[in-house]
Amino acid sequence: MTAQTEKLLDVRDLHVAYGKVEALTGVSVEVREGQIVTVIGPNGAGKTTLLSAIIGILRSKGEVHFDGQLYATPDVEILVGDGLGLVPEKRELFASMSVQDNLQLGAFQRYRRGDRGYETTLAEVYSLFPRLWERRHQMAATLSGGERQMLAIGRALMGKPRLLMLDEPSLGLAPLITREIFRIFADLRRQGVSILLVEQNARAALKVADYAYVLEAGQVAMQGKAADLANDPRVIEAYLGLASKHQELLSS
Amino acid sequence: MNFQIAVLLGQDGVTNGAIYALLALSILLVFTVTRILLIPQGEFVTYGALTMAAIQSGHPTALAWMLLALMLIDCALDLRTMLQNGFNMLKMRWIGLKLGYALLLCVLIQTLPLAEIPMVAQALLTLGLLVPMGPIIYRLFFQPIASAPALVLLIVSIAVHVAMVGIGLLLFGPEGGRTKPFSDAGFSLGPVLLKSQTLWVILVSITLIILLFIAFERTLYGKALRAAAINRMGARLMGISPVFAGKATFAMATFIGALSGILIAPITTLYFDSGFIISLKGFVGAIIGGLASYPVAAVGALAVGLIEAFSMFWASNYKEIIVFTLIIPFLLWRSLTSRHVEEEEE
Repeated sequence: MTAQTEKLLDVRDLHVAYGKVEALTGVSVEVREGQIVTVIGPNGAGKTTLLSAIIGILRSKGEVHFDGQLYATPDVEILVGDGLGLVPEKRELFASMSVQDNLQLGAFQRYRRGDRGYETTLAEVYSLFPRLWERRHQMAATLSGGERQMLAIGRALMGKPRLLMLDEPSLGLAPLITREIFRIFADLRRQGVSILLVEQNARAALKVADYAYVLEAGQVAMQGKAADLANDPRVIEAYLGLASKHQELLSS
Repeated sequence: MNFQIAVLLGQDGVTNGAIYALLALSILLVFTVTRILLIPQGEFVTYGALTMAAIQSGHPTALAWMLLALMLIDCALDLRTMLQNGFNMLKMRWIGLKLGYALLLCVLIQTLPLAEIPMVAQALLTLGLLVPMGPIIYRLFFQPIASAPALVLLIVSIAVHVAMVGIGLLLFGPEGGRTKPFSDAGFSLGPVLLKSQTLWVILVSITLIILLFIAFERTLYGKALRAAAINRMGARLMGISPVFAGKATFAMATFIGALSGILIAPITTLYFDSGFIISLKGFVGAIIGGLASYPVAAVGALAVGLIEAFSMFWASNYKEIIVFTLIIPFLLWRSLTSRHVEEEEE
């Protein structure tokens, strides 16, 4: 991943405030085409806020460039239509609808624009997550935590996003399922989907990512190549910890 | 009461019940998608009936001007948002299309020999005038407060209802409107004569209910509306905007209301203020379904129609009281059996 590839997402000097409290102060983040970029940091650092502001769920000040276009006031529906996907922390599935319906709705924007190729994407998603195929007629509410996460990711993929943003995809998942999901990220990159990954599981995230940002108290505290950060003593001390070697085994 | 009277009452009850069922479904639909209790649903019925009556009597109806005025306000607001967000060719074309449509209808209403054109055309013209008003009403009164508490939405909904009744008086006058039946044929079923209009009402209602069912279960647009009702944020992330969902449901509600009006106009005389009581009965049906279940709401509304018809026979003075008392045991039952469920899943 070199500097020649194009900037897919370019966020400059982003400010978000909840009332008078600034949750993000001047955050700049870049994702280049074909990259996996991760944002790690402690609870309350503003990671979720960052993703919500980029896609336009939260109002923000600053510049969001996506695919070379400036979005002065990002609007969820427009950005989703232009190829930005978000898998939120709460997953936000359509609980009382079937797995298949959930997936089909992921392609709603494409369908609306007259792109009827979503059946192919559906087959691709099913081959990526065979478990979803087995459960396709079940209600989304009856799925297990890992399956819900797969469904949330699969649903976002149905929109054929160019950049997929994931908020804590490993949250509440068993380590083995986490590993499976992280493996899928590498698969996705091979298919040309760029990924912006927000994670608490810093070790796994740094392993899969190309570039990383450390967010602390609403500001970018450190950034650099993921491999470099993984060896940075400050990061090791704060986020990786020497004792948690077993995590490394699980994320390999 | 002998068999013949029972059949006649049953026929009346089913006819009204079918209309209440349509309105109940529409109220339910709007409520689940937007959290708005659509009190003006009944006004769409009276507007439909009275517009049809005006067209049949050959008067160009002032409703066309109202549509044009609302459309102008709507487009002005569109232009204002465009001023803030930058020029957009697609939206500009859309504005032109909307204005053109309103103007075209005004011209048609003024120039066509309204009384002579076939009844289907008259009905289409009525629907063409009324249906676009639904989304505009949503745009003007509900979209700016879409995230307000349900109580605020209810208050605005009542305000829209009151305003529409007043405007109805202005547009159609205080006289009632009654239209010609779709056909004069009658069918005798044993000793009983079935009015053809009854069959029309029942047939169209059933067709519409089936179409609604197919639309919501089978098409992606219908599923998108359901999804917006189930999880608003999830729907937004799929690019299903709440504005789109709101406008679409309001269009559907106006369509159902206006069509119901056209259907019952030959049977009953409707006045500018008859709408409220009609939609209230649909609402009773929706309550019986717990504002959640479509089939139960439809059956409940049908029951309301039948009870109304039979109570007319035994105690016609108390018919409204009997119908609305019906709601009390159901509310009790609902509040005793249902637990409060949090909307958020997980």
